[in-house]
Amino acid sequence: MTDVTCFTADCKKSKLFWGLLALGGLVMLSTLSAYFYIEHHGHIVTGMNNQIVWGLPHVFAVFLIVAASGVLNVASIGSVFGKKIYKTRSPLSGLLALTILAGGLAVLVLDLGRSDRIIVAMTHYNFKSIFALNMIFYIGFFAIVGVYLLTLMDRKLKPWSHPVGFLAFLWRLALTTATGSVFGFLVARAGYNSALYAPMFIIYSFAYGLACFLVVQTAMYKWSNIQIDENILGRIKNLLAVFVAASLYFTAVLHLTNMYFAKQWDFERFILVEGDTYPMIFWLGQVIIGGIVPLLMIFSPGAAKSPARILLASLLVIVGGHAQMYVTIVGVQAFPLAIFPGYAETSSFFDGVVHPYSPSTLEVMLALGGMATTFLLTTVAVRILKFLPIDRLDQKH
Amino acid sequence: MTTSHKPDRRDFLKTGAVVAGAAIAPGILFYGIAQGRAPEEGASSLVRWGMLIDTSKCANGCSACVNACNHENGLSGKTGPQDSQWIRKLNIKHLQTGIEHNLPMLCQHCANPPCVDVCPTGASMKRADGIVLVDRHICIGCRYCMMACPYKARSFVHEPLSDQNPDVPRGKGCVEACTFCVQRVDRDEQPACVEACNADGHQAMLFGDLRNPESAIAKAMKAYASVEVRGDLGLNTGVRYQGI
Repeated sequence: MTDVTCFTADCKKSKLFWGLLALGGLVMLSTLSAYFYIEHHGHIVTGMNNQIVWGLPHVFAVFLIVAASGVLNVASIGSVFGKKIYKTRSPLSGLLALTILAGGLAVLVLDLGRSDRIIVAMTHYNFKSIFALNMIFYIGFFAIVGVYLLTLMDRKLKPWSHPVGFLAFLWRLALTTATGSVFGFLVARAGYNSALYAPMFIIYSFAYGLACFLVVQTAMYKWSNIQIDENILGRIKNLLAVFVAASLYFTAVLHLTNMYFAKQWDFERFILVEGDTYPMIFWLGQVIIGGIVPLLMIFSPGAAKSPARILLASLLVIVGGHAQMYVTIVGVQAFPLAIFPGYAETSSFFDGVVHPYSPSTLEVMLALGGMATTFLLTTVAVRILKFLPIDRLDQKH
Repeated sequence: MTTSHKPDRRDFLKTGAVVAGAAIAPGILFYGIAQGRAPEEGASSLVRWGMLIDTSKCANGCSACVNACNHENGLSGKTGPQDSQWIRKLNIKHLQTGIEHNLPMLCQHCANPPCVDVCPTGASMKRADGIVLVDRHICIGCRYCMMACPYKARSFVHEPLSDQNPDVPRGKGCVEACTFCVQRVDRDEQPACVEACNADGHQAMLFGDLRNPESAIAKAMKAYASVEVRGDLGLNTGVRYQGI
């Protein structure tokens, strides 16, 4: 006999669970329809062109890839540096590292001109290419973090969690170094070509990853009606503040360095003051919404007692992270390439002019697929396995 | 009833001509093939193809090179933001003195090409003779080479293509750029742009082997000052400009 009534709390949660899956599934469906439409018609149906070659899908994808390596930081602090309150959070941190990376890579692959050749990308490597090295780092990340999760969740393998956790920590540092270098190694573009991109992306990843972790943790606690201890929340929020402040610091150093070089003045004027919508996205999105406001919220009186305020601060860091990626990826491409420095250039190929970009709806649909992938994988995983961080308050942190 | 038939002279000549034609034609065809470069014979590193462009001879408003390129390689010639342009006329004006130059801008066929360095699959590659190409079979359309090229020389194919030139296969979702008309160079011909510029009487583009001291381009580069575009990047470009 089937029970059609639904009065118990468990039954209601089960319905909610399926509702969440359906929601994620719908977004994923729109992503796949956008993908097949673009695959059939070509990228002509997107806002991307020969000037802005990487658009909104890359903004979302790179954000997720950077956040994936950063979210593992929580586990690293537990396993590598032995902090108790982070140890209980290690399995969730490892899980999110995998699901967020899967989301980021999904968008990156779906936006390829020839995504059907993914097997070519997996079998042909140009080892001089930082992009190819990134692929190796991604695959290695899945393998190492997968094993790390096993050591965290299997009692027999527990002793291995420290060395494997250490390897995962080193691997994630290498991965984010490589992700930052995708931009740092581009010699020709005024906005890139800086070794600072590698450490700056690592710092960004710390902030974005922890913000993503806090959002998921808050949702899971809400789901399970668990109140987080204010001492623990206080410590984690302070860590987020350190990462957000460090991100602002690295951003300031990058721009101050550029402002010292006369050849970079035009670019800095473009990205910080005059250039289309980019200065607004930089100052309002990246600096104020993604940096200063979260810092003020984190340090406001009583913040440790207010998970809702920390949740909002984390969401703002995530919004700011997308603004940063938009400025870093699209803004830098919008600035005209100086083929003949010291000359004004004109041609039929849009030399010497600021390149406009307006993402199409299809790109938005494609870009959201990364979040949907992460959401679906995480929701299923936390439902079937034990990832909820439970603090034993009698233990010393 | 039997009839005797004597072949007349006209029939004999006709049959003879057909037989002779059938016998000789393949011989001529095979001779042509035998004289061409064998498919297994790769490009030689003893040669480095290059181009010298004299900006003082490049006429303002002339687009003979662009049109010839489009025709040879089957490009549409459209100039929207999503259309391919393998060569374009660039007008540059000095910000302080105001002096202007016109020049064709194309793939510079660098000896140290950033596009080849960044390509994850090795689809962007440099032939032994210095021609930088995209292997359309393993290009995944990631566009990282377009981000890396200092000359904006590459285009991404944004839509399905039809009526292609069989010598120049192109494909939706792949990146492409000037090939120095490799299909012509391998037949010992000049790139289409150079031929068109010469046919128009401008003689602004000189193509040849940079490694051969007796070639016209090597001699010209020895006689006149020429520059690499963005020489500060140290890419050792195969295309050089004179008069800037």
